Amino acid sequence: MTDTSKAYSAAAEVGQIRERRSRWKIMKIELKKAPYSAWFGLIVIACYCFVAIFAPLLAPHGEAEIFKIPFAPWGGEHVFGTDQIGRDIFSRLIYGARNTMGIALATTLTSFAIGGGLGLAAAITGGWTDQLLSRCVDVLMAIPGLIFALMLLTIFGSSILSLIMIIAVLDSTRVFRLTRSVAISVVVMEYVEAAKLRGEKLPWIMRREILPNIMPPLVAEFGLRFSFVFLTIAALSFLGLGIQPPTADWGSMVRDNASMIQFAKYDLTAAMTPMIPAGAIALLTVAVNFVVDWFLHKTSGLNDEH
Amino acid sequence: MSTKRGKKGDVLLEMKNIEIDGFSDERWHEIIKGMDLTLHRGEVMGLIGESGAGKSTLGLAAMGFARPGCRIKSGSIIFDGQDLIAATDEEKRMLWGTRIAYVAQSAAASFNPAHRLIDQTVEAVVNRQLQDQQTAEQDACELYAQLQLPDPENIGSRYPHQVSGGQLQRMMTAMAMSPRPDLIIFDEPTTALDVTTQVEVLVAMRNIVEKYNTAALYITHDLAVVAQMADVIKVLRYGNEVEEAETRQMLDAPKEDYTKSLWSVRALEKPESPSDDIALSINGVDAAYGGTIKVLHDVNIRIPRGRTVAVVGESGSGKSTTARVITGLLPPMSGSVEFNGEALPAALKDRTKDQLQRIQMIYQSADTAMNPRQTIAETIGRPLEFYHGLKGAEKQARILELLKMIELDESFYDRFPGELSGGQKQRVCIARALAAEPEVIICDEVTSALDQIVQEGILRLLLRLQKEFNITYLFITHDIAVVQAISDEIVVMFQGAVVEQGLKSEIMSPPHPEYTQLLLNSVPEMDPDWLTNLVEARV
Repeated sequence: MTDTSKAYSAAAEVGQIRERRSRWKIMKIELKKAPYSAWFGLIVIACYCFVAIFAPLLAPHGEAEIFKIPFAPWGGEHVFGTDQIGRDIFSRLIYGARNTMGIALATTLTSFAIGGGLGLAAAITGGWTDQLLSRCVDVLMAIPGLIFALMLLTIFGSSILSLIMIIAVLDSTRVFRLTRSVAISVVVMEYVEAAKLRGEKLPWIMRREILPNIMPPLVAEFGLRFSFVFLTIAALSFLGLGIQPPTADWGSMVRDNASMIQFAKYDLTAAMTPMIPAGAIALLTVAVNFVVDWFLHKTSGLNDEH
Repeated sequence: MSTKRGKKGDVLLEMKNIEIDGFSDERWHEIIKGMDLTLHRGEVMGLIGESGAGKSTLGLAAMGFARPGCRIKSGSIIFDGQDLIAATDEEKRMLWGTRIAYVAQSAAASFNPAHRLIDQTVEAVVNRQLQDQQTAEQDACELYAQLQLPDPENIGSRYPHQVSGGQLQRMMTAMAMSPRPDLIIFDEPTTALDVTTQVEVLVAMRNIVEKYNTAALYITHDLAVVAQMADVIKVLRYGNEVEEAETRQMLDAPKEDYTKSLWSVRALEKPESPSDDIALSINGVDAAYGGTIKVLHDVNIRIPRGRTVAVVGESGSGKSTTARVITGLLPPMSGSVEFNGEALPAALKDRTKDQLQRIQMIYQSADTAMNPRQTIAETIGRPLEFYHGLKGAEKQARILELLKMIELDESFYDRFPGELSGGQKQRVCIARALAAEPEVIICDEVTSALDQIVQEGILRLLLRLQKEFNITYLFITHDIAVVQAISDEIVVMFQGAVVEQGLKSEIMSPPHPEYTQLLLNSVPEMDPDWLTNLVEARV
């Protein structure tokens, strides 16, 4: 080692030594700087998750337990009354969180596994694989999603598995497009070429070289897609082809109790009943969007002074 | 157009005790630590130093401008009697683009691709209502002619992508000159250009600045270039002034040690040693992109074991394509690549792990050659694991050993590339290539993105490694100084074909084929008269 090289490799070029923060510390700092909307979103999501996980402990009655009085008013034993066949609305709301969110989460994960995996593969391999996949996706996207989903559900039947698979496949087209387009800008990087030259196989390049570099937009998209899937499931349930009774679900709860709105002039609380599951859906969607907005803002570097 | 143009020799710009801070990592750091600068009318001052020395920041401060995330903390900037620190944004806006102009490094990124060149050239003048569109356009055509752009009457109606990089850089000079400013700031205007193109741009810029008696700040890290352009040179380091002197005086007798070290980089030279033991040979290779655009024509190169073969030529000459053929990324249309006497499979996917391991590659830009989400240990460790099956403590020990080889200490082990400087990153890339224990390393412009001093460090490292491990280098570069420093043999390429191959001494001494001649005498020398002499010789 010569003198010049010694001087060079010393801290001279770095200028300053940075303190390495643990992930936990970074998270704490970021949370401190988070805006109120993000905090609101995070708290709402946390509450929903809590309710979903501990549903059997929190719910006063069983999910499909039938009581004597249908359409019971609010108050007393049944906080939000009962529905048309006498099931406790409050308990069903709590179980609904579990079912609707659980299914939405499973669907979003599946759609990311399909769309993300294929998108990455298309971006890396390019050529006719890319062409074939992209054109298939174009065809799928050309068909209106909800109508296509309704059709497929009538063909395959409304089991939870087919519900998850159908929505996941339809939704994965958007994930595919996003993943492919962000991955393509990473694929041309020389470190990916270096990995190819090293002889690395496709899965390794996907998982280790590309995925970590495209995580921020994908995480943000995950939040958004989750909201959309959630809404789609609710919409399908409302139309009667989603989650089937007796499983509690917010979309079908809105449908089952929708007629009660007509009684607003006699009993305001009764008319509110279908609004509660609808409100729960809306609140979660808004909360997720707040968090996603914050995350996007942070990772896209928009947080500079302007 | 400014009417009260002063005499040559009057003070135009005076900056006193400038301190500029930059914001990063949630703290303010000093970038410029109290510097003075005085520029007279018609004078060209060269600002030189390594990257991070504060050259560009100081240059922009001369306009009263600080980049976003920077602030001018204290000091005074007086431009032609006007205080730029106290000036409002509106007042500064009236100066910018008319009396002070800026020529950026990357012309391609600075032009708006959606507008015609002439509209962009005259925009400032017309916008400020100094001239009407027609007069301004006529004037622009005159400037184009003075800058020796081809077809000056019509070139302005083209779009930025329709002219070459060198032409675009001259276009930007024309744009800056259009209002006949008092001061132009050139920020590394030729760094992105080939040597042969650089000469044309330098001549054009020098003439036009001289003709209109414009003062200029010329920011660069290339000493030889600044020697041609500047009357006065100021050397910067870490935001401080090292020294300032008249160009000839500075070149003849630099006072400070740091300046001397900048000067001495070009003194690095390797004695050539011939060898007939061929490690890698490229035989009659023709290659094309997309099967149609033929970029290599019958390329033959022999690379002796344990030696360095430098491939030189301007961009587009097929240097990097040759590397892609060797690595198998671009299978050739005809011809073969032989390694230790055996033909390598043409396509990457047909090569064995063993074959891949023996030929490694180092890239020009270490920034994009390292995955920003992998630590240094992961980056260097992967080839160890992949080719040699090392794991756990064994792997860790080997990584530390490699770090030592590239003269970095253990603290780099779990850092991310973003926390390293350009030179350090390039060193890690070298370590990654070394980790595979290759016989041949292809170096694609590995030093061209680096400062002179850092360049020297990397070249010394490569030479030392060659001596220790008998590694063969194929060194792709356009920098003749680098070729001098590292090569045994030289291959000159032009438009996809090999012009000549031979020992360094043979290629560097006359007689030369025409293209080699042009390439060699386009390389700026440290003599301030070099450009003048060259222009005279070429006429």
